[in-house]
Amino acid sequence: MSPHLQVWRWHITMATSILHRASIFALYLGLLLLAGWLVALAAGPDASATYEGVVGSLLGRIVLFGISVMLFFNMAYNVRQAFWDLGYGFELKTAEATAWASIAFGIVAAIALWAGLAIRGVL
Amino acid sequence: MADQRFRTPRSVAQGLGSAHHGVHHFLVERVSALALVPLVLWGAFAAVRLVGGGYGAAVEWIAHPINGVLVGALLICGLIHAKNAMQVVIEDYIQGFVAKASLLLLNLTVCILAGALGVFAILKAALTGGF
Repeated sequence: MSPHLQVWRWHITMATSILHRASIFALYLGLLLLAGWLVALAAGPDASATYEGVVGSLLGRIVLFGISVMLFFNMAYNVRQAFWDLGYGFELKTAEATAWASIAFGIVAAIALWAGLAIRGVL
Repeated sequence: MADQRFRTPRSVAQGLGSAHHGVHHFLVERVSALALVPLVLWGAFAAVRLVGGGYGAAVEWIAHPINGVLVGALLICGLIHAKNAMQVVIEDYIQGFVAKASLLLLNLTVCILAGALGVFAILKAALTGGF
């Protein structure tokens, strides 16, 4: 193994870069779930009930919560990348702050979304 | 530019570089990302309203032109964005030509199928009430 892998210290900017790649897989699944919901809706009440039974199960909800965290993280990360493209945000302090901010936004926005569901009493 | 003398005037004028695609992929990824910000926020609010509302309410919701069009835009824009994102992951990590080409085609096929199915489903649910 090349030595740089053993001496490398984890940075938050590196962690968010890897997390961003991981979020692509989560959101790919999320888009297929969205298409699946639409197809179930078009197929009728029975198919929709089956879909809701699978996606609304405990495991389904855990997966959906993970997807929603990744969704909002990915959104913040893409806004961050748009600023990079304009030439802003490369200062080490700024890059680290926006990396933490994109993680924080992912978690906070996802919790807000699920709090909305809880307030509606449908969780 | 030190190696400008190796480039023909035509290649400089076209500006497409060695990949022959120029910055098209990059631009599509950025523009779709920014378009998805309002679409996803709208979709999140819609999801909170729809969950637990029952089948009838969901069909009634999607039959409204604004909802049907926006959920279609969200799906298509999301699939374009995801297709390009997954394409880069495949290009980065898969080495063999056959494996790489197969996965790229699979990625394209999955995204186009999901988009076509999704748009057809929106139309069917909206125009027929789901039956």
